[in-house]
Amino acid sequence: MKKLKKVFNIRVLRGIISIVIFVGLWQLVVFVKVPYLKNLPYPKEVALDGISAAGTKIYWLNWEISLIRIFIGFIAAQLIGIPLGLAMGVSRKFKDFTFPVFEILRPIPPIAWIPIAILFWPTRELSIYFLVFIGAFSIIVINVLQGVSNISVSLKWAASSLGARPKDIFWRIMIPGSLPSIVTGMTVGMGVTWNVLIAAEMIAGQNGLGRMTWEAYTNYNIPLIVVGMVSIGVAGYLCSSLIRWLGERAMPWKKRF
Amino acid sequence: MARNGQNGQGAISIRNVTKIYDPEGVHVVAMQDCSFEIAAGEFAVIVGPSGCGKTTLLNAIAGFDNITAGEIYLDGELISSPQKQIKPNVDRMVVFQNGALFPWKTVMENIIYGPIVQGRMKKSEAIQIAREMLNQVGLNEIESKYPEELSSGVQRRVEILRAMINEPRVVMLDEPFRGLDAVAKTVMHEFLMNIYCTRPRTMFFITHDLDEAIFLGNKVVIMTTRPAQVKKIVCVNMPWPREHHILGSETYLGLKKEVLEAVHEEAKKAFEAGEREMA
Amino acid sequence: MNYTVKEERVALNRPKLRIIDPPVFRAIIGILVFLGLWYLLTAVLKLPRFKLLPDPIAVIKEWVSFKPLSGRSLFTKEYYLDIEYSVARTLIAFLLATIFGVLLGLFMGWNRIFYDFTFPMVEILRPMPPLSWIPLAVLIFPGVEIAVVYVTFIAAFFATVMNTLLGVFSIDRNYFLAAKCLGSRPRDIFFNVIVPGSLPFIFTGLQIAMGLSWMSLVAGEIIAGQRGLGYAIYEGSSLYQYEQVISYMFTLGILGYISSAGIRAVGRRLMAWEARRRGV
Repeated sequence: MKKLKKVFNIRVLRGIISIVIFVGLWQLVVFVKVPYLKNLPYPKEVALDGISAAGTKIYWLNWEISLIRIFIGFIAAQLIGIPLGLAMGVSRKFKDFTFPVFEILRPIPPIAWIPIAILFWPTRELSIYFLVFIGAFSIIVINVLQGVSNISVSLKWAASSLGARPKDIFWRIMIPGSLPSIVTGMTVGMGVTWNVLIAAEMIAGQNGLGRMTWEAYTNYNIPLIVVGMVSIGVAGYLCSSLIRWLGERAMPWKKRF
Repeated sequence: MARNGQNGQGAISIRNVTKIYDPEGVHVVAMQDCSFEIAAGEFAVIVGPSGCGKTTLLNAIAGFDNITAGEIYLDGELISSPQKQIKPNVDRMVVFQNGALFPWKTVMENIIYGPIVQGRMKKSEAIQIAREMLNQVGLNEIESKYPEELSSGVQRRVEILRAMINEPRVVMLDEPFRGLDAVAKTVMHEFLMNIYCTRPRTMFFITHDLDEAIFLGNKVVIMTTRPAQVKKIVCVNMPWPREHHILGSETYLGLKKEVLEAVHEEAKKAFEAGEREMA
Repeated sequence: MNYTVKEERVALNRPKLRIIDPPVFRAIIGILVFLGLWYLLTAVLKLPRFKLLPDPIAVIKEWVSFKPLSGRSLFTKEYYLDIEYSVARTLIAFLLATIFGVLLGLFMGWNRIFYDFTFPMVEILRPMPPLSWIPLAVLIFPGVEIAVVYVTFIAAFFATVMNTLLGVFSIDRNYFLAAKCLGSRPRDIFFNVIVPGSLPFIFTGLQIAMGLSWMSLVAGEIIAGQRGLGYAIYEGSSLYQYEQVISYMFTLGILGYISSAGIRAVGRRLMAWEARRRGV
């Protein structure tokens, strides 16, 4: 009983009310035909379309395709970006050589790479992986670099006075020390990555959740567009949660709240 | 005890105060049936083992937190009880443990913030008074600096001035000089004594440092380990203003022995109770 | 004797140091290596796939040409018109997002009840990538222009709200207590504690928001736009004008860089206390 009281407190109640208000407002806006927003479908239409979409095989196939693209591009970005960031953080000289080039390419919005990616890579699939990669890459590099440079010198000194070799310092100090920024970089990168994927699928893809939404648009099926958006939102949310969860596992010394 | 506040205000009466954190869950009894009096204009210093509930008491008097049982009066007016809690206001100024000067305001803006926000002074008037106060303590060249450009000793002095300009009835300081080195502390003690002698107020001063306690206070309240109660009250009858050489005097050493014994007993108890920190 | 030797050494060292300050020198080398590699792969070795890409010299030639093949270069009106469209769209969307996002974030951080009611709504809408709004925005809003600005706005808006909120939560509780002691009303606390205390986070958020804005703008222009840099990139690629595509990519990069530098400059102005602390 006490436990129930704790979970079901006033703040949770407000949250539920807030969501009810949100759906109610949506309903109302369409019902009273507010200019522009009157084109929205009713929440019920979206829900029904969502349920019927969830019953089809193609819907889940699109999920699978999009998730695979995200993971390949994202993991490639981590595999290349983290060592690059570490190298820049450890070696001043290496950073001096590479960072300016990086700084020239970084401000280019990942989506502007689409035509070049399509031109360069032999298949559409590869070019989408590449775009996802670009979306996550610069963020992880910058975060790792910051993480390494924020590690306090006294930690390194303490380690060397305990007899640590450079190799030990790298593995025992630099890596765990930059882990929080790596996780931050991954979380932010995941958000951007979904953005890029959706745009890439809309522009260049043949399938995936972004394409599904786009096709709903070309068929003027507004409820299905919203279903697509919500699916993308849920997928993105799941991916970010996964990263947060991994981050907590990897850093037991850091309490998150 | 003769050193009353200008208008004889600022008497605090703490009667049977109990504070329990999270009564349904962890149930931590921070204070149990704690009572003592602080006369108007008195410099009261509270000492006791770490985590014994000194700050809990300060929070209750300041109005930051409620109490579970008992009453606290300020000049005969009930300010805190389980049913009633008068919100923080300018009567009871707090100088915080880790410092709470607004980093985004300059020294001058920090000091004049109170009077202006209360609508008690015009800006020009407040600036003039603040300048006088800064001049008095030899800090006249820092008024347009930001707090984080100053040493922590200077920051603490500015924060005390920011409290004093509001002419509170009580000034509460929560280990304000913690983390300063011995030399800086000496400067701070003279500064605070100077302030206290020119603008007498009731002082509620929490510290770990027994020398500081006896040097500054005219009443040293020693608290027991948690749940906090009053272990002993030692009155320090030495004339004001005090000079540092009194730290070698007979009276002082006698007082220190007395305080030390009481504190040590509690510290040992606290240690045995699994509390690792000592007084 | 010793003294003079030292003097000489200093005198010898000084001009040398100034000409090739090692980091600058390395930066130049780094960039040259990058351009050289690009040239080598695309124009000299002509490796498979790479030979499809234009080489850097061709890009620069096109970029500064008086008579560009694509009709878009530094010396054409078209180029600046594209920039003008994109900048105007980003600026409008970004300013709207800043105004609404910062206000919403501050109020959410200020008032617990308001937070409890609004946060779940924000959490529902936030995970949807801004670009997934494109089809809906195009259908709902009259005219593509509003749709593109809307998508750009959404991207910047949530980043701003979340960072502002984080900023309010990052403020030390003692500042609130101190402000109360000093006799502040809630309104005073809002303007004297909440607003300045959350500024550092707000500016981090604006920095991120600016990046997201440009990204969404490009996508919006590619998918739905008429005119603007993103549209021109797409058009260029369908006309096989890849030199122009790359010159436009760099143009976008430069604009993105300028706009975040601008935000940083405004931030330094508004947060003199932070800048001075770093200066000390």
